[in-house]
Amino acid sequence: MNSKVLLVIVACIAIMMAYTSAYVVNETEQVVVTQFGRVVGDPKLAPGLYFKVPFIQEATYFPKNLLMWEGDPGQIPTLDKTYIWVDVFARWKIVDPIKFFQTVNNTVSAQSRLDDIIDPATRNFITSYRLIEAVRRSNRELDTFEIGLEDIQKEPAEKITEGRDKITHGILEQAQPKLSPFGIELVDVKIKRINYVEQVRESVYGRMIAERKQIAEKFRSEGKGEAARIMGEKERDLKRITSEAYRSAQEIKGKADAEATKLYAQAYGVDPEFYSFTKSLEVYNETLGENSSIVLSTSAEFLKYLKGYK
Amino acid sequence: MSWDWEKLKEQQQSKGGPNMPQFNEIADKLKNVKLPGGPVVIVLAIILLLGVSMFYTVDVDEVGVVQRFGKYVRTTQPGLNFKLPIGIEKVTKVKVRHVYKEEFGFNTQREGDQRKFSPNAEDTGVTLMLTGDLNVALVPWIVQYRIKDPYNFLFKVKDTRRLLTDMSEAAMRLVVGDRSVNEVISKREEIAVEAKNILQSELDNAESGIQIVTIEMKKTNVPDPVQPSFNEVNQAVQEKEKMIYQAKEDYNKAVPNARGEADRTIKAAEGYALDRVNRAKGDAARFVALYAEYDKARDVTKRRLYLEMMSSIFPKIGEKYIVDSDQSNLLPFLNLGKNKGPSK
Repeated sequence: MNSKVLLVIVACIAIMMAYTSAYVVNETEQVVVTQFGRVVGDPKLAPGLYFKVPFIQEATYFPKNLLMWEGDPGQIPTLDKTYIWVDVFARWKIVDPIKFFQTVNNTVSAQSRLDDIIDPATRNFITSYRLIEAVRRSNRELDTFEIGLEDIQKEPAEKITEGRDKITHGILEQAQPKLSPFGIELVDVKIKRINYVEQVRESVYGRMIAERKQIAEKFRSEGKGEAARIMGEKERDLKRITSEAYRSAQEIKGKADAEATKLYAQAYGVDPEFYSFTKSLEVYNETLGENSSIVLSTSAEFLKYLKGYK
Repeated sequence: MSWDWEKLKEQQQSKGGPNMPQFNEIADKLKNVKLPGGPVVIVLAIILLLGVSMFYTVDVDEVGVVQRFGKYVRTTQPGLNFKLPIGIEKVTKVKVRHVYKEEFGFNTQREGDQRKFSPNAEDTGVTLMLTGDLNVALVPWIVQYRIKDPYNFLFKVKDTRRLLTDMSEAAMRLVVGDRSVNEVISKREEIAVEAKNILQSELDNAESGIQIVTIEMKKTNVPDPVQPSFNEVNQAVQEKEKMIYQAKEDYNKAVPNARGEADRTIKAAEGYALDRVNRAKGDAARFVALYAEYDKARDVTKRRLYLEMMSSIFPKIGEKYIVDSDQSNLLPFLNLGKNKGPSK
């Protein structure tokens, strides 16, 4: 009877021992086993079921997967004295859990270590480069021209020597050696956002507006110029057309006049005296009329018979 | 602890009782803890629970990822699947065929959606970007993705969705940072393609197990304060074209008309020429004919012509004065201005 009870007690204790000595390491975890605070054995990197000495040994879990860190470097002036907000993030992982356990102990304090190391590195790099270096990543030709504005004078785009990729890589390289003692590997550092601080943004907007206005004016004046050119063409064409017509007309008329003159000369040249006679009679006939007064002497051929005939 | 103590006491109470199987003792103990049902029911319940935890269904659009004591062992396909009971194997279902959507910088207006963005400062922060010519543009976009590798997706990265959103922003800014503001507005397709490539390679580097299906650019724009000036440029382009068309209209109104007028002038001149020549020919012919007859009888013809003219004009003439050829100094009798000055 007594032995039965004892058996149950022993069984219960055995189960409890088994329960506290067994532990599971997940795919995303790694474990450091400690004995009274001292690290015992190798860290458990592979997932699976493990055992430890119950009560005495303790398993501390650390994540094995990629972790994230988000920075807050605040306002940073660039080399060309533009104040910008830079939003940086990084991926890191614990590569040496024992070191990590001994130095930073947990991921929360690791975050603040990362803050202390990456934020200043970011600031260093941003302040020692021009803004354009942090924004661009290549010297790709920018298509800044408006359609129809090919001839506009534009200052050549600033060339970059480093570019964003190299800056972030530089931050990574500067920060990594300082993080190795903590058993941390920095996988990458990325610039998530770069924005002008409020005041700078206002002035940038001002510049953008001025630039657009100038382009708009360019278009307008191009329109006016083109319209004026067309108007000029119109005037020229009108003058040309009318004057050409006038010239042709005069030539035609002149030729006709010459022809007529020739014909008259040929005909009348035979007897100019007779021409004068007939033409004069014709003119008298046409010009004298009701309003004319005529004084004729009876000696005139026409009236000589009024005084009788001889 | 107290439970253990209770158990001990119970076991002491049952001392000296009939020889019972061990499980009866435990059952007694459990009964005293006031659990409902008999001991057999409880045992059955435990067995049932373990049994139920041994099979699970995987839906059509997902796969099951099975871990034994935390270690990945297999991926199971849709249908009914079995595993070792609870505590030994654990299954996580991953929707591999589902296309997830992440939106950046605009309001989807869907009720109850966690990913709903509100149009506050944070919202514009997502879309506000520096372009390669150091201007500012607003670039909203959507990323659609699915889980390509459930193993990587579950185990390789702490917060995969966070990685995706951060990387999307970084990739998009990288692309926009190499474009002018004009290109950002007019060449969205190109940007989407490049951003997708960058994002995909970053996600592969991080072993996130995510496959980008598509990046879709929404309407890119410039910030509100700058927008009127961009519109002004468009307007100026329209104005330019309008002015040119108006000038062309003027030209077309005047020039063809002038061509017609010119033709008219020339035709009129031609008419004049015909008239002139024909008249000359006529006059000449008449004179020649007349002269031919005149030449035959010069004196009489001359007389006849003269008298015919006189007979024609004499009746028409208003005032006729016939003066004797012997009379001289005739002028005093004439009032030459009579007809022309009726008021006198």
